[in-house]
Amino acid sequence: MQNTSPLNTASMSVSENETLIELKNINKWFGGFHALKDISLTVNKGERIVLCGPSGSGKSTLIRCINHLEAIKDGTITVAGKEMANDAKSIDSIRREVGMVFQSFNLFPHLKIIDNCSLALRRVKGMQRDEAEVIARKYLDRVHILEQADKYPAQLSGGQQQRVAIARALCMEPKVMLFDEPTSALDPEMVKEVLDTMIGLAQDGMTMICVTHEMGFARKVANRVLFMADGQVLEEAAPDEFFSAPKHERAKAFLGEILAHN
Amino acid sequence: MNAFGLPEILFLLQGLKWTVLLTIISFIGGGVIGLLIALARVSTSPVIQRLAAAYIALFQGTPLLMQLFIIYYGLALLQINVDAWIAVSFAYTAHASAFLGDIWRGTIQSLPRGQTEAANALSLGYVSRMRDIILPQALKISLPATIGFAVQLTKGTSLAAIVGFIELARAGQIVSNLIFQPLLVFGIVGLIYFAICWPMSIWGTRMERRMSRNHA
Ligand SMILES: Nc1ncnc2c1ncn2[C@@H]1O[C@H](COP(=O)(O)OP(=O)(O)O)[C@@H](O)[C@H]1O
Ligand SMILES: [Mg+2]
Repeated sequence: MQNTSPLNTASMSVSENETLIELKNINKWFGGFHALKDISLTVNKGERIVLCGPSGSGKSTLIRCINHLEAIKDGTITVAGKEMANDAKSIDSIRREVGMVFQSFNLFPHLKIIDNCSLALRRVKGMQRDEAEVIARKYLDRVHILEQADKYPAQLSGGQQQRVAIARALCMEPKVMLFDEPTSALDPEMVKEVLDTMIGLAQDGMTMICVTHEMGFARKVANRVLFMADGQVLEEAAPDEFFSAPKHERAKAFLGEILAHN
Repeated sequence: MNAFGLPEILFLLQGLKWTVLLTIISFIGGGVIGLLIALARVSTSPVIQRLAAAYIALFQGTPLLMQLFIIYYGLALLQINVDAWIAVSFAYTAHASAFLGDIWRGTIQSLPRGQTEAANALSLGYVSRMRDIILPQALKISLPATIGFAVQLTKGTSLAAIVGFIELARAGQIVSNLIFQPLLVFGIVGLIYFAICWPMSIWGTRMERRMSRNHA
């Protein structure tokens, strides 16, 4: 896999004093089920957080709250200085700052790759088609997939589709990118091309929250690893510290299982 | 006794014209209103959802014949004087909108949730989400069922004869009463329906087969 030395920190400085995301005492319920229990988290500009933990622990739910794909019961969410209120305008203004990549890609199957990427630029930012396509091509090029621009999603491999999904999110020039297990639906031979794309993003200083169990990626890219179980963050540490000496019993058990499977 | 000649054929074709017109009007009217019903049915507001569900249940749960009677005589009772064919188009539009609305509601809901989520994450608004993402996919999937309904609708227009609307089936009855050759006349009427409906059915089936192949 990747070499595990941390990325050159000079090119990826984290500004300690510029907070990009602040979650305060988030509680999320699904009916009677308490999915997120009083979670607080601050992410600074340029920071890269890896979120891991057993299935069902609330990782997806947590990052989906940040762009209001899930509504929270109480707590506050502030993104790029804007506090989320429960109205369409506030939600929209936050969604514009947040890009998201899903486990199952969620490309629009009836639209060509170029239109997948340029649609929101036209509809949300009001650009003309050619202006939007220039930007779409720029980001498709950045994920090394420009030559597929006129194909449909189904004509691409899983790894290519996920890179398109990354480009599609980048087109909106978000301040932060959320990744929800972006490689777990991929065949093993395609995992690397997606992780490499994400590493490239990190090198360019993108603020990222990644739900992933890819330890190599976490060691190379993350500033912090957060371990979740039962809707709580049980442990938070630098990647090397977390992977070599986890403190919490649940974290030890979890890492043991991951290692057994790899 | 009259024979079956050119005047009788022309009379049947006159009836056919009304059958086709009524089908087209109720399909277009039903399509427009049905789209609104489908959108209301998948709306996030529970009140709007329930209203649309009630509308669909009302028109799917009662015989078309009753709907025709009620709208036809109901309008008269309300002192609204309209042509038979306006009343009939009204009834068929309502009928078609409930069925099309329910077909499209189903295909909209059959799309993966991820499509809506991706659109939301990109901050696409409601109009764009529906027009650019959801409806193009849903309507395409629904094409075989939609064509199937158009076939039912075409045949269903024969019920309009009950309230005195002279479409193809009623025209056939009138001709048959004149020339006393019911088998011949209704045979011909049947053939005309068949000539319209069968190609549509074939088209729908072919569409369905092509789609399931694309999905495989
Ligand atoms: N829409 C939902 N309705 C009800 N329960 C849900 C829903 N989404 C998630 N859950 C539950 O919330 C918990 C956390 O889910 P999730 O955030 O997807 O976990 P993870 O991503 O860590 O695997 C799980 O127990 C899951 O079953
Ligand atoms: Mg998950």
